Amino acid sequence: MTTVTSSEATSSGASLVIRRLCKSYVLDKPILRDIDLVFGERGITAVIGPSGAGKSTLIRCVNGLVSATSGEILFHGEDMTRLSGKRLREMRRRIGMVHQEYSLVERLSVMENLLTGRLGYVPAWRAWLRRFPPADIAQAYELLDAIGLGDFANRRADQLSGGQRQRVGIARALMQQPDLLLADEPTSSLDPKTSVEIVELMSNLASARGIPVIINIHNVDLAKRFASRIVGMSQGAIVFDGPPAALTEKHLADIYGGQSWI
Amino acid sequence: MTQQKQATSMANARPLALPANWPRRAAFTALALYAIYASSTLDFTWERIVRGLPQGAHFLARMWPPNVEPFKLDLMWQGLLESIKIAILATAFGVLLALPLGLLAARNLMPGWVSWAARGVTGLLRSFNSLIVAILFVKAVGFGALAGILALIVGTLGFVSKLFAEAIEEVDLAQVEAVRSTGASFANVLIMGVLPQVMARFAGFTAYQLDSNLRNSTMVGIVGGGGIGSALYTAYQRFDYDFVFTILLAVIAIVMVSELVSVQIRRLFQ
Repeated sequence: MTTVTSSEATSSGASLVIRRLCKSYVLDKPILRDIDLVFGERGITAVIGPSGAGKSTLIRCVNGLVSATSGEILFHGEDMTRLSGKRLREMRRRIGMVHQEYSLVERLSVMENLLTGRLGYVPAWRAWLRRFPPADIAQAYELLDAIGLGDFANRRADQLSGGQRQRVGIARALMQQPDLLLADEPTSSLDPKTSVEIVELMSNLASARGIPVIINIHNVDLAKRFASRIVGMSQGAIVFDGPPAALTEKHLADIYGGQSWI
Repeated sequence: MTQQKQATSMANARPLALPANWPRRAAFTALALYAIYASSTLDFTWERIVRGLPQGAHFLARMWPPNVEPFKLDLMWQGLLESIKIAILATAFGVLLALPLGLLAARNLMPGWVSWAARGVTGLLRSFNSLIVAILFVKAVGFGALAGILALIVGTLGFVSKLFAEAIEEVDLAQVEAVRSTGASFANVLIMGVLPQVMARFAGFTAYQLDSNLRNSTMVGIVGGGGIGSALYTAYQRFDYDFVFTILLAVIAIVMVSELVSVQIRRLFQ
């Protein structure tokens, strides 16, 4: 088992440092137990593990959608666990998130969904009147071309296929021009081929922009194929942390339990 | 245990296939007894209805043909236009006020004490029929359309804010969270995450309320709240039953038109 020690946590070039992170929704039933992780300025990290291992909770703690019970999450030097209100929102807009089941606003157009990514910067009256800054709209068109949906700007989100929706989800997150991209089971409702395309797209767009990615994923093959680092979680703790090549069947048995499925 | 005992105990173990529901039977019997008692005290008898029928026939006969004198038609038209104005103003202002009130009453977006307070207000607003509220406003601000408009605003506010709160409580929170995760302010989350999900239903409520307000606006006039109801009441008082019939036809027409309009409004916000 390879783990990151906390001495590495202070090393330079880290964009996200998680120290002794604990989370329990119910007292004495911890979902996360003493998580220590350091993420660099780039590269894709895949977090694998069975359902209920705490993967989702982990990345939700990072952008403050879930508040940690104890520990620190230093994102560019700021402890996310101590932030609230305006400061939390200001930090949160630097973290893009691609959601499970797409989570587009179904009744908004593709363009409106992309512009949602700018809501951390746009005052309410502009959002209300849909008077988004021209630079944001230009960026949205660029991203639409990049995800291959250039002609879909005015299509309503609920008219898109699953793969198309998740492309829009990725573009929405990138609209934030984030310093970190989180993805929570982005392929869970997609077919195998589309899953590969989505992870590939995310990987390409993020590396072209130099954004580090943390992706929760069930599919071990996909994780190995695209990630430069794999974190294995089981019952709220990290049981593997290393390059894909180092991930053996023994590790997988530790992470998921049992042998027969491998 | 003997075989016979075993058999009886097994028979006892099974519940009756179709057991009698005694509490329900008792409730029905009580209702029937009370209905008999109540009709005996209120002179609600077949004999009384039969005695009233010729009177009803006479009334209907005097309604025909509807009065279409130009002067009467003008009177009707004035009243009708005023009713429409009352309905539209009451709907517009009522719905506008219902937006924030409904939002405050939504339990999934607001802290408990806020939503309970807002729910209390909507409950209070809904506790009286528009006609009773109209009487209060006629006493408070005097005869005329203003009283009618205010009365219908109260009704609209109470009804639409409740429906609106329920619609907000049913939104898909995953979509809302996705907007929140971009660092959007609460106002922006509402504008781009919540409102798009409820707008269509909200337009539906508004259309329905306009329909209902048009109906009610013909009624508030009876207690002095302006509109065609005033003309209707005067016509009744003066036994102008043919004119009453004209007004009733106009009310039917306006309700049918409003039905068509509300369909169009819903389509617009689909």
